[in-house]
Amino acid sequence: MTTELRFSKDHEWVRVESDGVAVIGVTDFAAGQLGDVVYVDLPEEGDTITAGTEMGEIESTKSVSDLFSPITGTVTEVNQAVVDAPELVNASPFEDGWLIRASFEELPEDLLTREQYTELVGE
Amino acid sequence: MPDQPLNATALSAIHEGLGAAFTDFAGWQMPVRYTSDLAEHHAVRRSAGIFDLSHMGEIRLQGPEAGQALDHALAGKLSGLSVGRAKYSLMLTEDGGVVDDVIVYRLAEDSYLVVANAGNAPEVARELTERSRDHDVQVRDESAEIALIAVQGPASEGIVVTALADAAVAGISAQDVAALRYYRVLQGTYQGAELLLARTGYTGEDGFELYVPAAQAVDLWELLTAAGGEDLVPCGLASRDTLRLEAGMPLYGHELGRDILPAQAGLGRVVALAAKGDFVGRAAIEAADLEGARVLVGLAAEGRRAGRAGSAVKDAAGAVIGEVTSGALSPTLGHPVAMAFIDPDHAEPGTDLVIDVRGKDLPARVVPLPFYTRD
Repeated sequence: MTTELRFSKDHEWVRVESDGVAVIGVTDFAAGQLGDVVYVDLPEEGDTITAGTEMGEIESTKSVSDLFSPITGTVTEVNQAVVDAPELVNASPFEDGWLIRASFEELPEDLLTREQYTELVGE
Repeated sequence: MPDQPLNATALSAIHEGLGAAFTDFAGWQMPVRYTSDLAEHHAVRRSAGIFDLSHMGEIRLQGPEAGQALDHALAGKLSGLSVGRAKYSLMLTEDGGVVDDVIVYRLAEDSYLVVANAGNAPEVARELTERSRDHDVQVRDESAEIALIAVQGPASEGIVVTALADAAVAGISAQDVAALRYYRVLQGTYQGAELLLARTGYTGEDGFELYVPAAQAVDLWELLTAAGGEDLVPCGLASRDTLRLEAGMPLYGHELGRDILPAQAGLGRVVALAAKGDFVGRAAIEAADLEGARVLVGLAAEGRRAGRAGSAVKDAAGAVIGEVTSGALSPTLGHPVAMAFIDPDHAEPGTDLVIDVRGKDLPARVVPLPFYTRD
């Protein structure tokens, strides 16, 4: 069983898997705004990430954006497929284009539901 | 400044229908991409792309002294331009800096069209009027009335020939299009209105730029896209920027500006010091001491991270010796490229430098411009 997606205001999504680990990626809205993603700079396995702070970068042909961690925890896995083929972020932002997995104690309370996020981005 | 409503081009409904993402560019709502920046970029390199560039400014000079007026107002010798030809030129400040870079078409002995960047067009029109006041010439800013559609890429000639053969075009034959050489312009009519068909562009590929009144823009776009079929891809400004960067073409506000002398940007040859007399900016250009002044170079790197406008450029010892003005992961070449102004001691091709990419050092090497040249 996996839980529903939760969203940060910084356009990252979080999905808690059955093993209690969080999977993190960027939303389709963010991917669309960025344009073609050509590079992702991600934290390494074992790194600590903190909710609302920078954990990496995402570059498109046009621009560079910071990646903000939606949760506080420890990175347990980096998606090597997306490092090697950053276009996965555009092609499959919620599935194959996930960025990292992280263990955590608890999710921040200010994460948004899909409805709230949809309202935020006005789509 | 209060927010101004954005200008929309005559083609905005077409862009919306194609699902374009828009950006505010110099006060215009312009398509930044339709589907994918990269796919649009590759389409221009491999087949063809179609761009709405109606935000560009068009200023017409008409009168017996139009050529002399332009010789005074711009850096090139436009009075010597043959009818039917185009020339890249610069408008300079009194201090020798760049007001804008422009394309000038000579349409008749007494008629020229100056095409300026969208953000600079009102200023260029004002300056052309001011600088022409001692000459017998009328200066008219037609930017709001003229639409510009570009068809760029190796397949563009066939597409334009097919499109015009099917259409109510007078004065331009298929043979004329095929025989048209780079930086030449043909004049005809489309639906009874003035059509200028120029073999010019800003992508580093063969291509055409078509100027028509705004009222003809939608029909002309649809005519071209019907002729192009799958070989012709609608392209936004994001791909235009990576295309021109690969081709080493300067962009105003990045490689050109009021505080940059043409020679620093490698455009000394555009300033016709020997060929003509006085013109605005001449005295400053002649007096300029370029010793030690930063010069524009190309930088190439490995990997996927790109230096961006504003990134510092450092020498091997870590001293800042310049700044990136444009940079991206080159879609065609597959590695990062950048243009940068750097101290001349480090400008020799082959010099190893470092770009500070948001706090991380990216090794880069000075390379000749352009990065990409078509076969």
